[in-house]
Amino acid sequence: MRTLNRKLLRDLATLKGQAAAIALVIASGVMTLIIAVTTLDALSLTQQRFYEDFHFAEVFADLKRAPESVAGRLRDIPGVNQVETRVKASVRLEVPGFDDPVRGLLLSIPEGREPLLNQLYLREGRLPEPGRAEEVVISDAFAEAHGLRAGDHIEAIIRGRLSTLRVSGTVLSPEYVYQIAPTDLLPDYKRYGILWMNRRALASAYGMEGAFNNVAVSLQSGASEAEVIDHLDRILARYGGIGAHGRDDQHSHRFLHEELKQLRAQAVILPTIFLLVSAFLLNVVMSRIIRTQREQVAVLKAFGYGNLDIALHYGMLTGLIVLLGSALGIGFGAWAASGLAAIYTEYFRFPEMSFRLQGWVVLLAVAVAAGAAMLGTLRAVWGAVRLPPAEGMRPEPPARFRRGWLERSALRHWLDQPARIILRNLARHPLKSSLSVLGIAMSLGLLVMGAYQLNAVDHMIDTQYRKVMRMDLHLTFSDPTPVRVHSELRHQPGVLAVETYRSVPVRLLAGHREYRTSILGMDEQPYLRQLLDGRQRPQRLPPEGLLLTDYLAQDLGLRVGDAVRVEIQEGHRQTVTVPLVGLVDEPLGVGAYMQRPALNRLMREGPAVTGAWLMIDSGQERALFDRLWDLPGVASIGMISEAERNIREYMDDTILMFALVFVLLATSIAFAVVYNNARIAFAERSRELATLQVLGYSRGEVSWILVGEILLLTLVALPFGWLIGTGFAWALNQAFSMDMFRVPLVITPGAYGFATAVVLTASVAAAVLVVRRLHRLDKVAVLKAVE
Amino acid sequence: MTADPAKRPEGSRNRDVVFETRGLTKTYLMGDVEIHALQGVDLKLYAGELVVMLGASGSGKSTLLNIMGGLDTASSGTVRYRDQELTNASDKALTLFRRDHVGFVFQFYNLIASLTARENVAIVTEISRDPMLPEEALALVGLKERLDHFPAQLSGGEQQRVAIARAIAKQPAVLLCDEPTGALDSKTGIQVLEALEHINEAMDTTVAIITHNEVIGEMADRVIRLRDGRVENIHVNDKRRPPGELRW
Repeated sequence: MRTLNRKLLRDLATLKGQAAAIALVIASGVMTLIIAVTTLDALSLTQQRFYEDFHFAEVFADLKRAPESVAGRLRDIPGVNQVETRVKASVRLEVPGFDDPVRGLLLSIPEGREPLLNQLYLREGRLPEPGRAEEVVISDAFAEAHGLRAGDHIEAIIRGRLSTLRVSGTVLSPEYVYQIAPTDLLPDYKRYGILWMNRRALASAYGMEGAFNNVAVSLQSGASEAEVIDHLDRILARYGGIGAHGRDDQHSHRFLHEELKQLRAQAVILPTIFLLVSAFLLNVVMSRIIRTQREQVAVLKAFGYGNLDIALHYGMLTGLIVLLGSALGIGFGAWAASGLAAIYTEYFRFPEMSFRLQGWVVLLAVAVAAGAAMLGTLRAVWGAVRLPPAEGMRPEPPARFRRGWLERSALRHWLDQPARIILRNLARHPLKSSLSVLGIAMSLGLLVMGAYQLNAVDHMIDTQYRKVMRMDLHLTFSDPTPVRVHSELRHQPGVLAVETYRSVPVRLLAGHREYRTSILGMDEQPYLRQLLDGRQRPQRLPPEGLLLTDYLAQDLGLRVGDAVRVEIQEGHRQTVTVPLVGLVDEPLGVGAYMQRPALNRLMREGPAVTGAWLMIDSGQERALFDRLWDLPGVASIGMISEAERNIREYMDDTILMFALVFVLLATSIAFAVVYNNARIAFAERSRELATLQVLGYSRGEVSWILVGEILLLTLVALPFGWLIGTGFAWALNQAFSMDMFRVPLVITPGAYGFATAVVLTASVAAAVLVVRRLHRLDKVAVLKAVE
Repeated sequence: MTADPAKRPEGSRNRDVVFETRGLTKTYLMGDVEIHALQGVDLKLYAGELVVMLGASGSGKSTLLNIMGGLDTASSGTVRYRDQELTNASDKALTLFRRDHVGFVFQFYNLIASLTARENVAIVTEISRDPMLPEEALALVGLKERLDHFPAQLSGGEQQRVAIARAIAKQPAVLLCDEPTGALDSKTGIQVLEALEHINEAMDTTVAIITHNEVIGEMADRVIRLRDGRVENIHVNDKRRPPGELRW
């Protein structure tokens, strides 16, 4: 081994603390990119494969009932590839040993075989045998939640008739990767299940013999989805079609798409911030480390080493640190990403996760880290080799000190000598001091951003479930129901308050933009389901006009006062124009709201309702459920506390898991930066500090010079760090807004406090480490050696 | 006796000129102060001679040595090594010049702390054209028992001898020594001087030693005195005294 390389390894061993800290910064930067991009890639790739391999349909339509002969006309629509007609039925399920209400969706499959579209992945068992009316396959998530296996039995109430079904297998479907009930935001596998049954059996149980009420279509390549949808709508209108839609409005796909969108935002914004911060820190730290080697550079030059040799030597030093950091980052990144991808499979039901580490991600991450580190290194090496060796070997000339503001200010009277040394040291290297401050501020900023995510998600859920959704139960009815159901419900055991609503599926149109949702017709002053204004105060619904979630209005490019075209997807299916009269601020989901009488008028119908919100006495929950269960027309019973628990769990598992990983990484970066700053300050000052000790200053007094400098830099960095962190959080917030939820830009004092505490702890720890080093310093040796 | 510095002194052996400087000046800034380190130096060094440059602190002797060794550049004037013009040589040319022809010994040794004695020598031999083995060089300075010691495990005199071994291992034509005994006690200093004399005689290397210690001048062929950045006088010794006889 060349002697220069041996020097390299020994230098590395000497610098091990600092090198490890730098490797940590690199590892953090590389890890964030790998986690974010790889998780995103795994989900997208898995989705794509599942969709392709199991023929996920492209257009979907629900209708009341059409004879099977209509299918032939659908097949003739230009651009249509395959058509799969189905019977789809909402059912109530009873699972042995589980008392809560369970909703189910029953879908038909051709007798004993896979459908053409939306094929099933058989996880266990087999498909129902032809002619076996009682056999079903069930979604594996539902099976898992209840411990159901092939051969087990469940009960279903189909059109009021109780049937006992036998589970023949468990399956996954590209159509239900994300399995949520229509009114929910998150999956609740215990209370919502999807089942598939032979067509003939389901048709006969549901009164759909020789007919269908749902159709899935695939397109020929190059066909226009919009045209096919138009065609379908025209044909199905007279059969009670409520509007065909593409994958964009398909429930499962939409959520998956939103999740991927959010991951994509995370994959761009978080690693960018992390990599930029670590690149900046690497640049600063490496250049300062190399600067402490100024004399060695001069000696190597004196003996005939060329600039290139020297640049290579230090380049390799940096390269080894980058290599170590990258290896750690790639290893842990891949590990964490596969862990996170596995968590996502809990929410998105895929047959298997296609996980791969893409070369370009690794390359990009390493290149950014290496580039930044090399830039810092070469900047410092260039500074060192540019000096004639004779000068490099001399101690640096005393810095130019002048009487500055410090000497002229009133401060001087109560500053002792050590305090003056601290202040002058910082003042004489304004660039170096600013970079140190910026470095600490940036790592603090990362922490604020991480802590913001952790706190803001809680804040968001609290707003949704304390201020917006104040009911305990959410009932939906299978059909529009007369308003007298209100008093009927009010008199059920344990019911404290009832509010009813009418929900109408609509398409909102504004210019070329459109959005499918439902208008909720509510009481004038709803109490159980509140509509908040921009200042989080409950608002009253005006007698006419529409309110929209502010995010939705913005998405559609609408302002208060604008006219909104509303295509009603039910009943007479007319298109009307309604003024936008107000905005609603709500963190979860988006919606459209009107006073119920106004909506009933719009529908040209009497006062009908389709759902109710109940506040109940939890002591009588069981009794109430039994009664509700027996009420005809109740299609579903949703428990809000369950929904809240689910969403908290989901956030904990996904976003917060990400945030936690990033907070850990930010913490390690903060420590690495502060520690390196302290070590370099120590190296630069050791001679001065030894001199002071020889002159009779105590250890404590001398330590104070070093500790004071570290703490002062940290204190100055705090306000900048809060500011930077606020900026990072804002950037993240912008990237994170979507239909499903919008994390508010609320940075709690706790978030700032947490981030500050981490940085201060890191500073104190770094100070303790260098002070211990200072006490071990051999004063005589330091004074004898040239700098 | 005193001689015109530009003329070839009587009594010196009939040798080639190795270094020649003409009108050499050097001005640099130290903080806010402008320092005129050299103010017109004309000088020749001959092959195989041992020269001692004497002068008080600030007389410009280190600056002169650094410029001759290609460690620094002059503000004006010329410096030539045999046929090679060093005055305006590029950084690359100076690097090659140092690599091929010059060995340095510094007052504070400037060893690389992370390398052993052997490795401190090897780091130079690895880039030289015709080096001796590091072990051989260390044996020449009497350190063959301390090959694998790190600088921190060696005494000051030993460290300086490692530095000399490092300087001679490439078999340079010229050895430039800046206060090689400055940091050492007299007994150790004499050992170091003996090592330098041994190199001068055994390898016919031109040796220039900078010192402010008058006594050391007695071991030289010629003694060049510098004062305020100029050559004050050049004294030719009739006979060189062995370092072992020197006392201070």
